Amino acid sequence: MSAATPKGVLITPIFKNNPIALQILGICSALAVTSSMSVSLVMSLAVIAVTAFSNLFVSLIRKHIPSSIRIIVQMTIIASLVIVVDQVLKAYAYEMSKQLSVFVGLIITNCIVMGRAEAFAMQNGPVLSFLDGVGNGLGYGVILMIVGFFRELLGSGSVFGMTVLTPVQDGGWYVTNGLMLLPPSAFFVIGLFIWVLRSVQPEQIEENEFKMKENTKPKEAV
Amino acid sequence: MASNDSIKKTLTVAFALCIVCSVIVSTAAVALRPQQQFNQEADRKSNILQVAGLYETGVPITEQFEQVTARAVDLRTGEYTDEVDPETYDQFSASRDPAQSRTLSGEKDIAGLSRQENYSVVYLVGDPQDPDQIIVPVRGQGLWGLMRGYLALQGDANTIEGITFYSHSETPGLGGEVDNPKWKAQWEGKQVYPDGEVGEGGPEIALVKGGASGATEVDALSGATLTSKGVTNLVQFWLSDAGFGNYLSKIRDSSEGA
Repeated sequence: MSAATPKGVLITPIFKNNPIALQILGICSALAVTSSMSVSLVMSLAVIAVTAFSNLFVSLIRKHIPSSIRIIVQMTIIASLVIVVDQVLKAYAYEMSKQLSVFVGLIITNCIVMGRAEAFAMQNGPVLSFLDGVGNGLGYGVILMIVGFFRELLGSGSVFGMTVLTPVQDGGWYVTNGLMLLPPSAFFVIGLFIWVLRSVQPEQIEENEFKMKENTKPKEAV
Repeated sequence: MASNDSIKKTLTVAFALCIVCSVIVSTAAVALRPQQQFNQEADRKSNILQVAGLYETGVPITEQFEQVTARAVDLRTGEYTDEVDPETYDQFSASRDPAQSRTLSGEKDIAGLSRQENYSVVYLVGDPQDPDQIIVPVRGQGLWGLMRGYLALQGDANTIEGITFYSHSETPGLGGEVDNPKWKAQWEGKQVYPDGEVGEGGPEIALVKGGASGATEVDALSGATLTSKGVTNLVQFWLSDAGFGNYLSKIRDSSEGA
């Protein structure tokens, strides 16, 4: 990451170094808000805005942040931004903010935001940091949209609220999968997505931390 | 960089940051408040219009709401009251305030409320003296938590026009189907008392399993026994004498006399 280019910081986090799929960060909100696509979209936009601007502001004042209170400084900036985003959503996207409820506020605890501020914005210039924030937000958003797509399609038979598979309840043929509307199903979809991603890009597979000793005889194992 | 870690610099940075952030946050909160309150108000009004079947998309809510009059009712006597202003009265917080509410004893408290407010707001559609529809706020325990909504009755105070829940936490796909328009549509034309003959046992409207047949029966939600039970209980509670029973029987008497 020593030679960070504007294009690189924007693109790599989407698939190559995805915050959810590779770093397994921010899973909690990915489980909670992905039962429909429009909600996932608003949540993605909120996270992109918060990561981008928190990176920008942290980067702007990075040379003046005393290292003893740097985490608190970052948290204060992130928390303020999240409150602003929450207020804006309540004012201009009231229906959405009702569905997202507490999860907008919980962006504060999203490890992606904090991780990027600490790992990237503290060392890099404002423009690059801003782009890095947008990139990581996009990486988060891509997963949310994919998970949201499958959950909404299989759970309610629709995409963005438009009916694609007419469910049995409305006289169609599609028996909706209730499990897909519950949070655990997001685990399955994220898991399958990580599998696909690592099959395409095998360099993402981690080394085993511990190896079984070869040719262990039953006698020795006892 | 060493100077960054001096106590003076640390305090200055912390102080300046706090000032800047608090100014940003309070500016956002204050500047956006009117819009937010408007949204909340519009949301509540659109729920009332929807349950009455009057909601039209595209027309401003405030304009549509002109046909609705809000009045406060004393639940103990069933009379209209001017003790509270229906525009500003917050019924839900009143039910928590011992001065404005009463406790419900176990047997009577079928909706699981434990406290009930003394005054409630009702919404009248059309002429307030002889309303076309009466919309009453209802609430009660579902499976996972409190369900809050509105119930609309026709002018005879016996035929149901519709029901809607604006806040609940029932299981999506099962109990959450209380939001399903198809299920809600069944309520239209159902009766609280069969043929308007008020019985001793209280309101008879109920959710039943395996196919509703009579005028007082509504199909229960499949796979959601406890949610269905909760809906039955809360509707029966609020239509009984403990809820709007006194008020509604006055309306019934006056509409028969007219």
